Amino acid sequence: MSKKIITLHVNGKDREVAIDERESLYETLRNELCLTSIKKGCEVGECGACSVLLNGRCIDSCIYLTVWAVGKDIVTVEGLRDEENDDITDVQKEFIKQAAVQCGFCTPGFILKAVEIVGHNKPYTREEIKKLITGNLCRCTGYMNIVTAIEHAIKHNMDKLGVPYEVAPATTSFDIPDSEKDKMLEGVLAMQDNDVTKF
Amino acid sequence: MDYIGKSNLRVDAYAKVTGKALYTADMAPRDSYVAKVLHSTIANGEVVSMDVTEAKKIPGVIGVFTCFDVPDVEFPTAGHPWGLEPAHQDIADRKLLNKRVRLYGDDIAAVVAEDNVACDKALKLIKVEYKEYPVHTDARSMVQDKDAPLLHPNWRDDNVIAHTSFKSSPDFNYDEAKKKAIAEYGEDNLIEVVKNVKTPRISHSHIELPVSYAYVDANGKVTVVASTQIPHIGRRIIAQALNIPWGKVRVIKPYIGGGFGNKQDLLYEPLNAWLSVKCGGHPVILEISREETIVGTRTRHPMDGDVRGLATKDGKLLCRELVNYSTNGGYAAHGHSITAKCAGIFQNLYKNPLGVNSEAYTVWTNAPTSAAMRAYGVPQAVSFAETLTDDICFKGGFDPLKFRMDNLCDENLKAGGVEFYTYGLKKCLEIGAKKIGWDKKREEYKNQTGPIRRGVGMCCFIYQTAVAPIALETSSIRMILNQDGSMQLQTGATEIGQGADTVFTQIAAESTGITPDKIFIMSNQDTDVTPFDTGAYGSRQTYVAGNSIKECGKLFKQRICEYALTIEDEEKLQGKKVEDLDVCDNHIVDVKTKEQLVPLSKVALTGFYSFKHNQHITAEKTTDITTNTFASGCTFVDIEVDMPLGIINIKDIISVHDSGTIINPALATAQVHGGMSMSLGYGLSEELMLDPKTGKPYNDNLLDYKIPTAMDSPDFKVEFVEMKDPTGGYGNKALGEPPTVAPAVAIRNAVLNATGIGFNEFPLTAQRLVHEFKAQGLI
Repeated sequence: MSKKIITLHVNGKDREVAIDERESLYETLRNELCLTSIKKGCEVGECGACSVLLNGRCIDSCIYLTVWAVGKDIVTVEGLRDEENDDITDVQKEFIKQAAVQCGFCTPGFILKAVEIVGHNKPYTREEIKKLITGNLCRCTGYMNIVTAIEHAIKHNMDKLGVPYEVAPATTSFDIPDSEKDKMLEGVLAMQDNDVTKF
Repeated sequence: MDYIGKSNLRVDAYAKVTGKALYTADMAPRDSYVAKVLHSTIANGEVVSMDVTEAKKIPGVIGVFTCFDVPDVEFPTAGHPWGLEPAHQDIADRKLLNKRVRLYGDDIAAVVAEDNVACDKALKLIKVEYKEYPVHTDARSMVQDKDAPLLHPNWRDDNVIAHTSFKSSPDFNYDEAKKKAIAEYGEDNLIEVVKNVKTPRISHSHIELPVSYAYVDANGKVTVVASTQIPHIGRRIIAQALNIPWGKVRVIKPYIGGGFGNKQDLLYEPLNAWLSVKCGGHPVILEISREETIVGTRTRHPMDGDVRGLATKDGKLLCRELVNYSTNGGYAAHGHSITAKCAGIFQNLYKNPLGVNSEAYTVWTNAPTSAAMRAYGVPQAVSFAETLTDDICFKGGFDPLKFRMDNLCDENLKAGGVEFYTYGLKKCLEIGAKKIGWDKKREEYKNQTGPIRRGVGMCCFIYQTAVAPIALETSSIRMILNQDGSMQLQTGATEIGQGADTVFTQIAAESTGITPDKIFIMSNQDTDVTPFDTGAYGSRQTYVAGNSIKECGKLFKQRICEYALTIEDEEKLQGKKVEDLDVCDNHIVDVKTKEQLVPLSKVALTGFYSFKHNQHITAEKTTDITTNTFASGCTFVDIEVDMPLGIINIKDIISVHDSGTIINPALATAQVHGGMSMSLGYGLSEELMLDPKTGKPYNDNLLDYKIPTAMDSPDFKVEFVEMKDPTGGYGNKALGEPPTVAPAVAIRNAVLNATGIGFNEFPLTAQRLVHEFKAQGLI
């Protein structure tokens, strides 16, 4: 079958790609544009590892045809950035701080889902968050810290909007204060800083 | 201690939240050929012939390889350490592709093509002619059928891989013990429970599918990049399967998307390597589907056990027995070791004053191959032991907490070379009971009626930290000082998501005085570079590799100090001896005053570039561990049962772990959450079902095979009882697997408390609950 040239708007840029019209958005983004944060877990829309944001909504790219995505705004984790502060986003920071990452394979999908959820500008409870993320599967974390990370990311957004919002208290006596986690995060980010002149 | 017991953030978290972490499939060359496997559509029989003519005609097909083409070599797949004597070598019972079909979905042919589409088309065109044999999908029916065709006649005269009896004494007999008890206490003063318990076939359900790609490099080395927990063992197995020298094989492990024991077997890596060799060494990627993963890789053993237990009316446990039939599936993989571990834990969890018999059969069957899965037979062991305990308590009217306090194994337990160097089990029970409000709730939930009922339940366990002394425990570590005083840390122990790289970094910092931000751990194991370690399994790595890092750190530090003393004109070091020096905060310091004498960066730089005394400072250490220590713990749960709907709602759940010193509390807590979640699946929703007549799976996908979603997951509570274990590098014992042992059975016992019905078949699905409640006239 001959290939068709189309233009996709991915992570803020127009990208021209040659596709087989039968291929999924998952295949095009991974294989043609090398956006490898998008993962394969089932290929039939059960696990959410291949999530991408399409006009701000999280979809399973494995069951979405590439041709349908023409003219839409596509975002993957590679395209997430807090432009204002030239930094990774609050959602990403909270996933690091709340130990919401283990093997990391489902993480990009959860982060995009979390970005969508935070973007609703609503003060969701833990139970509501659980319902919202239920289309993404994780086998390592029991979802506990993922929900906590999303709660904290919502809290940052609610603070900006001036809406009162409290995160649920920790369920282990081992939890450390958020200020201490922030300090450690600074260390992690410093190690990743691209500005080599700072070393 | 400066770095132990601190909740450092994961060293790989940034890479993972930004999508920069590369997993196996992300790294495959873009011109890789694609390989796919043809699976049998019968569960027992032989491939008589195969016609690949039409398949080969598909444009883009590079090669079609069948079970008639593969080397006549049988190889083992278990990620066991191996050993020079045959007793430590696993059963070699499969070829790369098999003519003798032993399960529905057995691997019988493979296609290599330029792309997926050509591969799929070609697979469909392969014609197979079979000769079929009768099917047995479960162990008990296989053992009972004396005429069942042998699955592995080269290895055994029947289909039983092994049959063992662990007894308190060689002449122990349960019936005789019972007679003795009757004579001593009188029949009216005894309580006996006799029952059968069945546990489910569970799929590991790591989100990353098993995947590898292989090529032959420019020097003729067979290179396999694989999502595996066991890179160094993988090298051995691939070499054995291809019958080539071990040094000709190189295995690289990138970030891996979960393993949970499934990737503690070599799965398709040997076939992948062979396919690349057959295609001129061109890169070939072999990534299987979720459906293939669920059926064709490994599962947790379904077990079917007859259990008996006898206690006195005043709550003294006397004797117990388990006769367990464990379904191992078509291939041996880990052989009898998992069922044997299950038997050992059943035997030892309690004191058995009149004795115990724990008997086990591991049986080849026409079912998916069972092998290692997180906690290696122990979830099944407590499914037998801890449901028995609660049934005895229910019948005798005992408080299950007090009964356990009186009858559980104590700190003197020594079993198979494993012992409690520190014992925190009963302390865990105290904390768990207090946090759940045990006494109050037991009282409150008495005499309930109506459709919605509450209950509290508990379950406890003991768990061996490593695999010694049954098997070898060894780990090598290499430390290299960089020019700027930072360290390269290389280990063959494998990060699979559990946080190994982070705790290894903390242990290395503690043992060398180099700060964690200056320690660069090599996360991608490469058998040509990283030193030998047997890999991620058991709950061994922080114990075994941790000890090795500690020892290597001592040596590294000593070499740094010795070299520093040779630096000329270093005023602050004049007149000092090695024993006066220590390393702290990236400086050589005075061991007593902690005064900073010279920065490591200066020592390192001098070492690299001195004309007079040039030395690149490195250390390498192999540590083999012969001790093994019991970890333990428990789960308490408070539930609500909606009887007409058969729904169990978890209102509160807490796990308490006796895992020695916790190296990183935040990551340890996260590890416990994941284990609890996995156990909820075992207890409530997960079961891979097969048609008993054909061996064909009913629910081989993530829609019908139900792992917990976020909505199924309550907020988990976690506590630790920290007692510094003298055998752990920094006082640590097992924590990787133990969290997935107890929650399911605690829930089952809470249902008993709530409704008076003790379920003996896991998982406790709505269908099972409603069926039983109806049968008992409760709804």
